[in-house]
Amino acid sequence: MSSTANSVDIDRDVGNFFYNLTPARDAGAGLSERTIDYIVDVKGEPEWLREFRKNALRVFTSKPLPTHWAGDELKEIDFEVIRYYLASGESAKRSWEEVPEEIKQTFERLGIPESERKFLAGVEAQFDSEAVYSNIKRAVADQGVIFMGSTEALKERPDIFRKWFGKVIPTGDNKFSALNSAVFSGGSFIYVPPGVKVKHPLQAYFRINAENFGQFERTLIIADEGSEVMYMEGCTAPKFTTATLHSAVVELVALPGAKIQYITVQNWSPNVFNLVTKRGLALEEAEVKWIDCNIGSRLTMKYPSVVLKGRKARGEVISIALAGDGQHQDTGAKMIHAADETTSNIVSKSISIGKGRATYRGLVHVPKHLRGCKNNTECDALLINPSSRTDTYPAITVRGTGNSTQHEASVSQISAEQIFYMQQRGLSEAQAMSLAVNGFVNDLVRQFPMEYSVELKRLIDLEMEGSVG
Amino acid sequence: MSSIIIKDLQVAIGDKEIIRGLNLEFSQGEVHAIMGPNGSGKSTLAKVMAGHPDYQVTRGDILLDGESILELEPDVRARKGIFMAFQYPMEIPGVSNANFLRAALQARLPEGEEIDATDFYQLLYQKMDLLDIRREFTARAVNEGFSGGEKKRNEILQMAILEPAFAVLDETDSGLDIDALKVVAKGVNTLRGPNVGILLITHYQRILNYIIPDFVHVMSNGRIVRAGGKELALELESKGYDWLKEVDAEPVGAK
Repeated sequence: MSSTANSVDIDRDVGNFFYNLTPARDAGAGLSERTIDYIVDVKGEPEWLREFRKNALRVFTSKPLPTHWAGDELKEIDFEVIRYYLASGESAKRSWEEVPEEIKQTFERLGIPESERKFLAGVEAQFDSEAVYSNIKRAVADQGVIFMGSTEALKERPDIFRKWFGKVIPTGDNKFSALNSAVFSGGSFIYVPPGVKVKHPLQAYFRINAENFGQFERTLIIADEGSEVMYMEGCTAPKFTTATLHSAVVELVALPGAKIQYITVQNWSPNVFNLVTKRGLALEEAEVKWIDCNIGSRLTMKYPSVVLKGRKARGEVISIALAGDGQHQDTGAKMIHAADETTSNIVSKSISIGKGRATYRGLVHVPKHLRGCKNNTECDALLINPSSRTDTYPAITVRGTGNSTQHEASVSQISAEQIFYMQQRGLSEAQAMSLAVNGFVNDLVRQFPMEYSVELKRLIDLEMEGSVG
Repeated sequence: MSSIIIKDLQVAIGDKEIIRGLNLEFSQGEVHAIMGPNGSGKSTLAKVMAGHPDYQVTRGDILLDGESILELEPDVRARKGIFMAFQYPMEIPGVSNANFLRAALQARLPEGEEIDATDFYQLLYQKMDLLDIRREFTARAVNEGFSGGEKKRNEILQMAILEPAFAVLDETDSGLDIDALKVVAKGVNTLRGPNVGILLITHYQRILNYIIPDFVHVMSNGRIVRAGGKELALELESKGYDWLKEVDAEPVGAK
């Protein structure tokens, strides 16, 4: 067990990586109006955005830290030492040769393609990914689809961008949406014209890689009437980042009859605070589906939401959270029903390992005046060790007589007898654990694209190796 | 030819002694039946051989080809060729039978070697056909929602795929109606042969009408008190286990 435990330990230290490079163009540490002026000037952004950002900064400063729900850990964030902006092309670089052998081996075991490994290890791999990105961009452009960085979009397509930017998630939604609004850079912008069904999923990986990974990404996706699009972000490899705060805002707009599927698989190093606001707006007969997988981080607070604003709109959140030792996954979903005959479905599964803690926090709101609304909520938790913890806070408010909801929750453990049974068939204890955990999430993993589900399985295997013995 | 030798085995769970000086020897190619009343220690013997962590061996040894297996983890014993069909097979939600068996076979390969998917399914279908198991079975989760008969048949399928040198069948007949019993017995008979030694643990003589043992051992109070050929099973059938109460005999070694 000791050799495998070591490789997992190395895996867990990824967040301690230290880049000894000072980017020439950064906004310095700390957050003030000057930081914002710097960002706006360096990026050559329009004046309206300067005002927008400064207003957001005031909102951020005025709001207290939301320590009252997920926990006190948030106090560990030192906003004064964070660098809020690193100029494009100026972030940390190093060569593949400098990447420690153990890390390379981890990539090997995870089966990460060569091109991605370099990116993940903080080595530039701009060439390849730029080529792939521009190919994708060209291919979808033929259908009239706009796929670009949000900074690019706000300059080049202000007509569409400004119409929806900050409308689904207003600046003042919460402290971290305000922070993102003040300092965002990076993130994607997608517009799909009416009736266009984008055949291939659009992958953030290549775009972000070509542009640099943002710690305050801002993504806006608009699917016009009757269109369909699938967007994928992240990958299951541990992220090599010195940044301890990741605070993204993602807004989705599904116009009548449109469908948006947003898939996230993220594996953060254990020192990262991952505080993300994600919300979709679904108009008449539109559908927004979030598929979300959260692994790692010190604390993740993320509750993908759908506002069901048009009749017969549908919202869905499928989520998997894996809280390793010392980690806290505070995740869930929100469904705001705001029109008749809207339906929502939430399926959440969490796994807590060691002293890991997984919390499901849900909100389903159906007001009294609506008719024919339906919600289904299922949350299942799996505890691996006796010290593992799970909590469920499903706030479901369904008023009125013509609406219905269904809620199921379960907490389970892998029994010693199950492990013995599998061991008797020749599987090691760790392999038996992995198999059982994979079985637990299997029905959800099948909803992920093939390459993600394979990676996810490998990742669970790696995590479980460290949890036994 | 492989052999298992159990020498003067003494086993306790907590403070309670369950097996008190048991001797038994069996080889590949043989079918031994162990019969005995409830509480005689039969199932404990199966679990101890498989390495269940709840039981402590306080004396004696279990040798596989002359080497003690007592210090080995259950999965190491399994990979060395010891298989146990459980009296109460566990359910593993979300894990398909095919994936489970594939993982079990994969665990037997050296690091870096991958099982070929086509070869695997070929083997699986062949064994399933042999045991009259329908194809849709592969996609069902291990034992989840299975009837008693299906669970036992699944144990036999696992044995067929893993091809152990020794198989300990722990009350495989319990809870089965006569039709299910015949199906399971047929499966065991199909697998019977020179490459496997079978230890058939049972309370009832009934299954021995279908699986004819080479040797029969009677267990009582943690020891083997009688040993003989297949006719011993019939004797037990007519006499029951009551006579054992009068036997305070010396433990009898097998063979």
